[in-house]
Amino acid sequence: MAALDELTTEAPAEPPSRGLGPGRALIGVGRRLWRWLTSMRTALILLFLLALAAIPGSLLPQRNLNIDKVNQYLAQHPTLGPLLDHLWAYNVFASPWFSAIYLLLFVSLVGCLIPRLRAHIAAVMRVPPEAPSRLDRLPAHAESLDLPGDPAEIAGRLNDLLRKRRFRVKVREQAGGGLTVSAEKGHLKETGNILFHFSLLAILIAVALGSWYGYHADRLVVQGADQGFCNTLQQYDEYGLGARVSPGSLEPFCLDLTSFEAKYLSNGEPSVYKAFVDYTLGDGPAKSTTIQVNHPLRLSHARIYLLGTGYAPVVKYTDKYGHSQTEVAPFLSSDAMQTSSGVIEFPDANVDPAKGVDPNHKQQVAFSGIYLPTVPSDPSVGQSAFPAERNPALMLTEYQGDLGLDAGIPSSVYSLDQHQIDTGRLNKVGDPIQLKPGQTKTLSDGTTIQFLGTRPWATMQVRYDPGETLVLVGAVCLLLGLIVMLLGRRLRVWFRIPPQGPVTAGALARSVYPGFTAEFESIVQDTRADQSRPTSRGTQ
Amino acid sequence: MAALSDHLLLLAILAYALAMLTYAAEYAFGNRSVVARVAVREHRRELVGAGAPVVDTLDEPGPVDLLDEPQPTEPQPTGPGADPRIAVWAGRAAATLTLVGWLAHLGCVVTRGFAAHRVPWGNMYEFVLAVTLVGATAWFVLLLRRPSIRPLGLFVTLALVILLGIDGVKLYTPVAPLVPALNSYWLKIHVTAAVTASGILMVGFVAAALTLIRTGHEAGKTRFPYSLGARLPAADGLERLAFRLHAFAFPIWTFAIICGAIWAEAAWGRYWGWDPKETWAFIAWVIYAGYLHARATPSVKRTIATWIAVVGWGAMMVNLFVVNLVVSGLHSYAGVN
Ligand code: HEM
Repeated sequence: MAALDELTTEAPAEPPSRGLGPGRALIGVGRRLWRWLTSMRTALILLFLLALAAIPGSLLPQRNLNIDKVNQYLAQHPTLGPLLDHLWAYNVFASPWFSAIYLLLFVSLVGCLIPRLRAHIAAVMRVPPEAPSRLDRLPAHAESLDLPGDPAEIAGRLNDLLRKRRFRVKVREQAGGGLTVSAEKGHLKETGNILFHFSLLAILIAVALGSWYGYHADRLVVQGADQGFCNTLQQYDEYGLGARVSPGSLEPFCLDLTSFEAKYLSNGEPSVYKAFVDYTLGDGPAKSTTIQVNHPLRLSHARIYLLGTGYAPVVKYTDKYGHSQTEVAPFLSSDAMQTSSGVIEFPDANVDPAKGVDPNHKQQVAFSGIYLPTVPSDPSVGQSAFPAERNPALMLTEYQGDLGLDAGIPSSVYSLDQHQIDTGRLNKVGDPIQLKPGQTKTLSDGTTIQFLGTRPWATMQVRYDPGETLVLVGAVCLLLGLIVMLLGRRLRVWFRIPPQGPVTAGALARSVYPGFTAEFESIVQDTRADQSRPTSRGTQ
Repeated sequence: MAALSDHLLLLAILAYALAMLTYAAEYAFGNRSVVARVAVREHRRELVGAGAPVVDTLDEPGPVDLLDEPQPTEPQPTGPGADPRIAVWAGRAAATLTLVGWLAHLGCVVTRGFAAHRVPWGNMYEFVLAVTLVGATAWFVLLLRRPSIRPLGLFVTLALVILLGIDGVKLYTPVAPLVPALNSYWLKIHVTAAVTASGILMVGFVAAALTLIRTGHEAGKTRFPYSLGARLPAADGLERLAFRLHAFAFPIWTFAIICGAIWAEAAWGRYWGWDPKETWAFIAWVIYAGYLHARATPSVKRTIATWIAVVGWGAMMVNLFVVNLVVSGLHSYAGVN
């Protein structure tokens, strides 16, 4: 917190406690604790602690950012890894100790700001205070100002002049017949300070709101009206709900990918990713729009982002009974050139029309495949040479047997069940084959496979964070408060006008700044605009 | 254009390095009184409120000195190799060379922008080019207004040469268009703010580090870094300069982070996700906030506050080098592997 101001917001000293009953002692300790917690210094220490606590979160892999890296780290550090896990080191920003600092900071800020706000309001309401008896003791002062006119006229002119300089002015009559003019400005500085700190508080609250009432969910969508999804949890590959979100309350919409445009630079880096989608809200009509990186689709209670893209080969398999099925299988890319891999499964293949489904699934068929959008000039490399489909080819290896889909264990749709292969229930058949789009090949058991082409897919992320607007407002106010606080200057100026004789002046900066003397001198200069040069001394 | 930009970088580094050497010559041959005379000539304004709790605010550019301390005017002990004429000559040459370096540096950034058809700060190489350019510019502005701070030039050019050297040798990236994630007007806003703040903070760091050296020197320490303090302006003025630079850069840094968050909301789906770059931006922000705060608290010693500023620059450097090159995160646009 950059409270660029005197920070001596110490609470007034307590009256010494009489009697030392246990209850009193406890209250005393509590009070002292509260006073410690709500001092600016503690807030500052807590803020530092928050920064310190954030460091492990940036150096160790974090579950919310990259779970694979966490698992890899755990595997590489068998002793240290789990120990750190107990300390929430892979989930720093949701850990109890991080939250504890955050909460303490919150309490500290509230406790510190409320008295400060009250004091500030009182200060703003107060009229500028009476001049101190010795103006020449002030850090800047001027004597023997020879101003024309009687005291009331002088005071009137000083009043106008100071108000023009945005001072608040109070003229008081003195017992001896003279007048004093008290002027004050710069409450804006403290206002900025308080605004800054309250904004900090608002941001803390908004962040908490967002994490309680927000959610996010990911979904891979293959192009085609038959491949869309709706905003319900069952349809997501992965999701995270805030503590207060009920699954039934998600904004009702459905979305499908109508086409996808990708352009690449000659070095393979993407230059344009554009998803064309159709969506419906509730029972409303279908609308078309595009989603791009940096340009999410914004619905009233959700936003939909484009995260990535890839290819989904479309393959037609004709089994030994002459029965054909077509499958679309999204493949995941493993590098920037879209070398993609995945599996295409036909669990209903080879069902004997006479006997019906084989309960042992001996005849199920699957292909594990690699898709290269651009086969390199040296095909043995086995990796795509370019992310766009310049010279595509699909490499497939056939497997037959029990795919293990009935076991009830959720399995990846991007790889075969290794357990089934290891236990011999799913076996490789024949040699790998390579297919160009449109090409058909006959496999060793006489069945045929045709590679029809690919469809693009896009991963979409759905997000909702109700705290966002408040965070933005808080951030803008924080910046405003900061600037006002840094630029503001608090200054008090007094003039003493005796019944006869020269006027004296003095000034006090609540926060002394280098331009202070200059400002005071320029005020004094103004007061005697066309007067002969009476001696004015700034300061030492 | 791209090749021209690369040549200009070389020229800039060369000129800065030569400037550094001439500054060093001025440093070695000048006696204190050369520097002091310049300072005294400048010193027209009185000092404010000794004894009062001094709490600076950022002052508008006005008639007020950045370094408004009286320099001792009595003859200084003149070192054995001291030769004021060489020093004066070297001082002028150094300023000229810095200007040549700055022009080449500016040309390097501008031609890079033309070559890439976009703002020339889209990867780490360009980012460092721009930050150092802002730093050099800030230095010039200060120097024009307050020639008495010229002895700092040695250290500013040292920082420029180191950063630009690392940039040219280790981080160089050929001109390329932006990846789609960066294709947004927020690139201009967010990164420009980050560049500006970082550049000013760089000069602020030099001032802060020299404040510590000079303070040590004034306290009678004679070991190595403190021995450099002999020819520096008085610690008080340096300290105030450091404060002003930081107070000026801090809101810009805040603005850069806010813009980053707004952009992150559009690009990555959330305004804040504790990505390593975000985390370290936050850490640096907190440290600088702590510095300004400590600076405003009368009970905290100025040296301690200044140390906090130095640590803040450390966090900035971690964010630039460690986060870009070692840790992987969403901000991996550095273009260096
Ligand atoms: C809360 C969000 C963000 C924060 C806190 C943040 C912070 C920063 C910081 C501190 C820098 C200075 C560079 C350095 O020290 O290395 C920077 C530079 C940069 N930021 Fe961000 N940023 C955010 C969001 C974004 C987003 C969303 C993008 C783009 C999609 C982005 C793109 C860049 C780029 C291109 C640079 C130039 C430096 C480089 O290439 O390394 N930032 N950001």
